[in-house]
Amino acid sequence: MDWMALSDAEWTAVRLSLRVATVAMLSSLPLALLAAMALARGRFWGKSVLNGLVHMPLILPPVVTGFVLLILFGRRGPIGAFLAENFGIVFSFRWTGAALACAVMGFPLMVRSIRLSIEAVDRKLEDAAATLGANPIWVFLTVTLPLILPGIVAGMILSFAKAMGEFGATITFVSNIPGETQTLSAAIYSFTQVPGGDAGAMRLAIISIVISMTALMLSEFLAAAAARRTVAA
Amino acid sequence: MSLEVEARHRIGSFVIDAAFRSDGGVTALFGRSGSGKTSLINIIAGLLRPDAGRIVLDGDVIADSKRRLFTPVHRRRFGYVFQEARLFPHLSVRKNLAYGRWFAGAGKSASEFAKVVEMLGIGDLLERRPSTLSGGERQRVAVGRALLAAPRLLLMDEPLAALDEARKAEILPYLERLRDETRIPIVYVSHSVAEVARLAERVVVIENGRVKASGAAAAILSRPTAAIERRETGALIEGVVDSHDAAHNLTVVRAGECLIRIPHLVTAPGHGLRLYIAGRDVMLATTKPEGISALNVLQGTIVDLSKAQEGSVDVRVDCGGNIIVARITVLSREALGLEPGKSVHVIIKTVALDY
Repeated sequence: MDWMALSDAEWTAVRLSLRVATVAMLSSLPLALLAAMALARGRFWGKSVLNGLVHMPLILPPVVTGFVLLILFGRRGPIGAFLAENFGIVFSFRWTGAALACAVMGFPLMVRSIRLSIEAVDRKLEDAAATLGANPIWVFLTVTLPLILPGIVAGMILSFAKAMGEFGATITFVSNIPGETQTLSAAIYSFTQVPGGDAGAMRLAIISIVISMTALMLSEFLAAAAARRTVAA
Repeated sequence: MSLEVEARHRIGSFVIDAAFRSDGGVTALFGRSGSGKTSLINIIAGLLRPDAGRIVLDGDVIADSKRRLFTPVHRRRFGYVFQEARLFPHLSVRKNLAYGRWFAGAGKSASEFAKVVEMLGIGDLLERRPSTLSGGERQRVAVGRALLAAPRLLLMDEPLAALDEARKAEILPYLERLRDETRIPIVYVSHSVAEVARLAERVVVIENGRVKASGAAAAILSRPTAAIERRETGALIEGVVDSHDAAHNLTVVRAGECLIRIPHLVTAPGHGLRLYIAGRDVMLATTKPEGISALNVLQGTIVDLSKAQEGSVDVRVDCGGNIIVARITVLSREALGLEPGKSVHVIIKTVALDY
């Protein structure tokens, strides 16, 4: 099995991908939860606009999303320049930029999953909790959150899997720099561009398939668990 | 204890405009489905904010639209038992029961928990999940959960409506114990005359969002008013459980000088009980019938007869101090020559007194 042994450069790409995907998943979670709550429960002007914005990365060509990110978050972009000056946060050509691109691309998947689970929660249970003395925050923490937890976890896994496979937006936004922004997908792409890179591409592709399949199966399992749990008694 | 409720609320074209007061015990909000009972109880609970209104409990103003005062649901400490039990599916029965205790503060001791569990007979269910319980068990747990939150007032919205007859019979004795053993005032929503007759001390009749009548249960339910469907009218009789006939699964109730046999009840002898006897379930005979399966044959004297309506009349008969109402056809009245002062035998089938 010598051919399965990864080179240092390949390991770097795998590790970078895992880090980028984890950071993307965790940092988009609070925002996704808020957006899902607003879309599932809120009644406000511009709800369909918000819904459209959230789903934008799902329907736009990834290259376009990457380009928009480059314009907004690049060194001279309005948001990028502001963040760099005031907080020293730089996205362009850094792994943090890759994480941002992955978070944006995975956002609609995470929101959809959480939103569906929120809509499945029987609101009468929340009323019951309130009559028992729980204020709205406690109702959310002790009733709503436990009931939608499987949906949240499923959404996180989907976002993670999306981040592991993200290519177009990332490469457009932060390029393909080994050790900094060269994720698994970008590394596979690079291998296919050089003579004799097939073996490396194959190894990374197998790793990618295994990670993605595991994530998908886990997500399906948790979605089924969510359906079982939210059936009201 | 006193509860004052005043509410005006518009839902589409339906208008609720009701006011009533209660001085403790069980007050039934009684009316057909769609009469606005549930909206009214939701207004009391704070789940529905009325356009205008006032709720005062023991001089404590809970809500007053004039003073822009509205205590949110979770600070009212009104227990609520819903039609569907609404147990939390992700928690065990024990945790469901404990849910409100936590918010009620440290005032609730372990002995209180044990007492409620014993009273409702749910000790064997504590470690189970709500989804594995029967409808009757769920409703008992829901009652316990509301009780353990140390409520100042208990609201019950048709807690038995979703259950079959056998389950209702299983739970009613627990509700009677609850009424007799805790001194928590209860507002009980129902459209069932039998339930209201058995549980409530006061009845508030709701029709089209308005209070049609209110007063003591016996007075409201015996009076043949439009408030109660004519089909349902009858007589309310106060009695005491006299003895049980375990072999035949019967319970004997003493009411005045009469002994009335009813299907078996889980209640100790000496326990007060109200029986509702619908007029359509009562027969009259001028001579003592023999060879008849009905177990209750009472001698009485006709007090008065109502006017004929749809071919039938309501005959009020005094049987040893109890007024029993019989609905018979005009044809029978003429054939038997029934008139006030005439002595008759009142016949009531035991199985008709089922809950």
